[in-house]
Amino acid sequence: MTELIIASIMTMMTAATPLVFAATGELVAEKSGVLNLGVEGMMLIGAVFGFAAVTLTGEPLLGLAVGILTGLFASMIFAVLTLSLLSNQVATGLALTIFGTGLSALVGLDYVGKTIEQIRAIDIPVLTDLPIVGRLLFGHDPLVYVGILILFLTHWFLKHTRWGMILRAVGDSDQSAHAIGYPVIAIRYAAVAFGGAMAGLGGAYLSLVYTPLWAEHMTAGRGWIALALVVFASWRPTRVLLGAVLFGGITILQLNAQAAGLGIPASFMSMLPYIATIVVLVLISRDATRIRLNAPACLGRPFRAER
Amino acid sequence: MKKLMKLTAIALASALALTAGTASADKLKVGFIYLGPPGDHGWTYAHDQGRLMLEKELGDQVQTTYVENVPEGPDSERAIAKLAETGHELIFTTSFGYMEPTLKVAKRFPNVKFEHATGYKDSDNVSTYVARFYEGRYVQGVIAGKVSKTNTIGYIASFPIPEVVRGINAFLLGAHSVNPDIKVKVVWVYTWFDPPKEADAAKVLMDQGADIITQHTDSTAALQAAAERGLYAFGQASDMIQFGPKTQLTANVNNWGPYYIARAKAVLDGTWSTANTWDGMAEGMVVMAPFTNMPADVAALATKTAESIRSGDLHPFTGPIRNQAGEVVVPAGAVADDGMLAGMNFYVEGVDDKLPE
Repeated sequence: MTELIIASIMTMMTAATPLVFAATGELVAEKSGVLNLGVEGMMLIGAVFGFAAVTLTGEPLLGLAVGILTGLFASMIFAVLTLSLLSNQVATGLALTIFGTGLSALVGLDYVGKTIEQIRAIDIPVLTDLPIVGRLLFGHDPLVYVGILILFLTHWFLKHTRWGMILRAVGDSDQSAHAIGYPVIAIRYAAVAFGGAMAGLGGAYLSLVYTPLWAEHMTAGRGWIALALVVFASWRPTRVLLGAVLFGGITILQLNAQAAGLGIPASFMSMLPYIATIVVLVLISRDATRIRLNAPACLGRPFRAER
Repeated sequence: MKKLMKLTAIALASALALTAGTASADKLKVGFIYLGPPGDHGWTYAHDQGRLMLEKELGDQVQTTYVENVPEGPDSERAIAKLAETGHELIFTTSFGYMEPTLKVAKRFPNVKFEHATGYKDSDNVSTYVARFYEGRYVQGVIAGKVSKTNTIGYIASFPIPEVVRGINAFLLGAHSVNPDIKVKVVWVYTWFDPPKEADAAKVLMDQGADIITQHTDSTAALQAAAERGLYAFGQASDMIQFGPKTQLTANVNNWGPYYIARAKAVLDGTWSTANTWDGMAEGMVVMAPFTNMPADVAALATKTAESIRSGDLHPFTGPIRNQAGEVVVPAGAVADDGMLAGMNFYVEGVDDKLPE
């Protein structure tokens, strides 16, 4: 029984990790006031280019780097259109997702059905062998830790650093931040870039670690879940972790329930995270001040400098 | 930017892009509708191997075209109609969900011959064909019964349709024929092709003690997940040994080539007529990949089992067979008839799962 619980938690953590990456990135972008609905597309781009890089060179780290860079590049297309050319963020984000889906399918044509050496779980001799906590704390693949680290760094950055506060100010009142003299557009570019890089990394995690293969549209909606997750977490990084484990965990749990023959309908279990999101939305919407405290006030609004 | 937009356009179009060559009047144009990409190394890959075999065998007499990634349901109608409009005289639609669209298009093009895989409805110009995959699954069950140390097998199932249920039952009957303690755990993923989800299902089944994974989904992800943990798995639809050289025990290989060749020849010499083909190991439509990663005596037993099925001495569904309620559905000495097999909607005794409604 303990063995089963440990194994399930381990599997849940790997399911949560791509969501942690993508949601953390999107959270930072949204905190700066930019709503980028292109997460799914950027993840797919990161996944396919990362996979291609590893297939060609055999270097897993290079694959991750390529995933990050290509995700970042894709987000820059979005940034130029929405921040410099002031196009509608919702429409552009959706277009980015469709673009990413198509581009990744095209680039991926040659890589379908190929396989690579997977990035494995780490194995620290003494620590991993500790009873129960050994594997739970030390037995994951390295990127699980990277994800959690990035999450807490983001939390610290947004809350306790000068530039984090400036970023939040830009998201809450772009005109005031501009009036004080902060470069609103530049800060938003940086936030969107971080979002793209993290989405790319999340995608690369899927194609390099989760299932070491490329398949068309393999993210299967995880980008959208990441977007829901940011709202679910009410724009707080620490809650992203909770939400990611919940969202990723439910998928695993429903499969577990089936395999154990519990007879709970699978479709009901798959619905749960979304019900949770709606419930959270209703709850936070009841209290207007609480939303105002966390939700970036300028989310989705284009910024044009007023003299 | 212009280049990027062009790329997007190409990429968007690629989902429905035809890979047709130049048209020529004297060649028989044969079209294929695929559910996934030919590179899935599973279901679609096997059909594409059949197509290539057809091209090789009939050479200049035929010209083949395929459309990949066609979603099941109403959308597929356009893709099928497009093939019919562009002069294809023989069209293979290779997934269950193309059944109604195929029949609809067939009505509009009475001179075009259609072949629908795994369906059960035909018409004057629509034939159906499917393979007796359950024969291979019985052999897999025998192997699993001998190789498993935990006596627990993980089965990744796609949709609760007779085809899939029949596979689970055949697997269990095979396993129990050599080891009555075997338990089969079933997870329904409600998809044919979603690698991360297939991998999730495999991991969960292994978490729950399964040491052998078998699947009724199309990708190699489950096998790779088993490989990561050093456990065993069966390949599906094609030989997946390159994805788990130390993992794959054997695989059901779907060998469509001979059928495609026969049907194209029938169109060429004017003898094509509606048929409902259900061929198995005897006809060579189901082939087992080499028996690997198992002791020699198990491999010998598997070879013998496959031989007996091929020669007709052994029918996987030989009575007595009980359903989960313990009622005898096939009496001792009898075999399940094709009607029962085709509509199979119950588990046999011993499956550790409740069949979804």
